Order: sequence, then C-alpha cells, then structure tokens
Amino acid sequence: MSKTEATLNGDSQWPLWEVFVQGPEGEPHSHAGSLHAPDAALALQNARDVYSRRGGVSSIWVVPAKDIIASSSAENGLMFEPMDSKVYRHAQFYKVPRGVKNL
Amino acid sequence: MDETAQIENFERRIAAGESIEPKDWMPERFRKQLTRMISQHAHSEIVGMLPEGAWITRAPTLRRKITLLAKVQDEGGHGLYLYCAAETLGADRSELIDQLLAGKAKYSSIFNYPTLSWADIGVIGWFVDGAAIVNQTMLAKASYGPYSRAMIRICKEENFHKKQGFEIVATLAAGTPAQHAMVQDAVNRWWWPSLMMFGPHDADSPNSAELKRWGIKRRSNDELRQRFVDMTVPQAQAVNLTLPDPELRYNAATDQWHFGEINWEEFHRVINGDGPCNKERLQARRDAHENGRWVREAAEAYAAKQQRMQAA
Repeated sequence: MSKTEATLNGDSQWPLWEVFVQGPEGEPHSHAGSLHAPDAALALQNARDVYSRRGGVSSIWVVPAKDIIASSSAENGLMFEPMDSKVYRHAQFYKVPRGVKNL
Repeated sequence: MDETAQIENFERRIAAGESIEPKDWMPERFRKQLTRMISQHAHSEIVGMLPEGAWITRAPTLRRKITLLAKVQDEGGHGLYLYCAAETLGADRSELIDQLLAGKAKYSSIFNYPTLSWADIGVIGWFVDGAAIVNQTMLAKASYGPYSRAMIRICKEENFHKKQGFEIVATLAAGTPAQHAMVQDAVNRWWWPSLMMFGPHDADSPNSAELKRWGIKRRSNDELRQRFVDMTVPQAQAVNLTLPDPELRYNAATDQWHFGEINWEEFHRVINGDGPCNKERLQARRDAHENGRWVREAAEAYAAKQQRMQAA
C-alpha cells in the first residue's frame, strides 16, 4: 500500500485503544468502548470527547487493545467451572445456631 | 466441535438469551448480517449530521445553537461507537468508510431529504430521533454484546435529542400564525419519510426473519412503526398539529392508530440513490474526508516524531 493510500483513511491504520472510564471517584473503572488514535495523548483526548460528553467522569484510562490479554469463552468451562462446585467459599454455606447474632 | 454442533450450541445460547461476544464462535452469515446492519447504522449517524449541521449557523437563539451543536456532536460520537462495534466483527474501518464514500453503502433514507426551514430541526428531533429511539430501544437487547452496549449508550443520549426537538415544535406551534404554518409544513414533509425509516413491510423485508431468529431484532418493522405512530399521534394533538394522512383514525378494538399506505416507490427510489439530496450528502462526506486529511497526517507525523524523540 502506498503512503497516499495508507493515509487516505489513516484512522483505521492507527492502533486501536480500549477506553475505561471511572464515574464518581472511588468507583471502579469500567469499559466504555474503543477508538483509533496515533498515540496515547490523542487517544486520551479523543476518549474524553467521545466517552465523557455527559460529564460524571472523574478518570479515563486508555489501553492499547493489542496489550490486553483476554480469556476465551471457548475455554470458559476450564477457566470458571471449578469455582461453581466450591459453594463453601460463600458465607451462605455455613449454618449458624438460631439466635446467634453478628456473625 | 464440528460445524453442526457449533451452530446448535450457538442457537441454544441465543435462545437462552445469552450475549454473543466478539471472540465467540458465530456463523459466518450472522457475522455478515451484523456487519452490514451495524455499518449502515454507523453511516446513518455520520450522514445524519449533515441535514441538521446546515442550521447550526442559523439557529434563532444561542440556547438553540448550543443545543444543536451538542446534538450534532452526539451523532458523530454515535457513529464512532457503531464503527467500533462493527470492527469487533472483523470489519476494517477504512473499508467501511470507502464503501460509504464510493456510494456503495446504504444509510437511512431519511437523511436524503433537505432541511428547508428552522422548523425542520424541531421536527427531525421529534420524528426522526423519536423513530430511531423506538428502533434502538429494541436493538439495545440485541444478542450481539458490542452492538447492544453501543445501543444502550446511544439511547441514553438520544432522549435529549427528541425532547429538544419537541420543544422547538411546541414553541413554534404556539407562536404566530406564520410560525405555526412553518412547523405544520415541516410536519407535512417529514411524516411519511419518518414512517419509512422502519423499513419495508415484514412480508417484503428479506432479512427480518433471520435477524429475528438470531435475536438481533426482537420486533418486526411493522410492529415498531405502529408503536411510533401510536406514540406520536397524541403528541401532535397536544400541540395542535395535524399529521398528513387522511386515513389516520383511532381503532378502539386494537387500541391503535390506523394509518394509510406508505409510498414504497419513493422509499426504494430514495434508498437506491435517487432522493432529493443523495448526491449532495455523499459529496459533503467526501469533501469532509479530503479536507480532514491534513489533520490526520499531522497527527501521524507528530506521533512519529514523539516516538523518535523517546527512542533517542
């Protein structure tokens, strides 16, 4: 692809960034969406314009999408099923004599 | 898993109301249909900025102007959410945009009509965004995760679009006789094209059955259109405007408003490129793309320079 063609629709050739926004301070950052940008500074700037137009945002993270390592749903069984049988990891598993409080 | 088992598993997940995510296995046809639908939706948001953008410099007050600016900016953002959703299916953004600029991609036929008066801006918010919300509220429950999440975000933002439109309409309708006539004229021009936004009758909609089976669409075109009409008629009555349909009447048996037949010849003509503004809209997009080239090039050059400096 020649330089002209590569820049014709340059935005698609730019790296993809995943955007995480934090609502009120103290809340966890959660995934808002993604965008293309040539560098981190512009990714952050564009993320502000695209994902915080209604305010209510106290922090934004942008992460290069290529650096995210994700589990695959095809392996969900292997990954998560072992936890399904470990009910003793939940407080409701345990019996408490009637009348005992603050446990 | 062989393909038959994969399809069975996929359809079982859809039936159970599970959300399909980008890395999950999906039939090629599902991927293709979704890419087509989401990219058309994205194009509609972007082209949809044009009819309203034409009135930003002519808004009657500062309040109306900042509102319209914010709304048009939202539409650009909505286009971006949707292009991103299409990309999760493996689509290439530059290819999608090339298809639009080459006139090969479809977008909502409504944006090929001109905005002749300020009242059109009110009526677009009321009818066009109103119709879009009916459609998008359904799509917010679509089986493909990224599409559904984009829709939820868009629906939240579009509520103000519809309300600001109706505020303009109500203000003009309660104004001088000339203002009332102006908004009635806008209603008369936008009503039928707005009903066309929901697409062909169910019987003539080639993709509907499949999209419904796969949980992408949960209501048919005709059901959504009826919901929009039932919602809009009382709103028109409340501000003393009439809808341009002599057949419009309330049916007590169904608790619905009966309405006349849409001019489908016009619908197909406009969607296939021969509406009042198709050429103008595409030219405006091509110009915007060309005129923005130097910005993209400058951003790239700056990023490259920063990288060089960091490396040094």
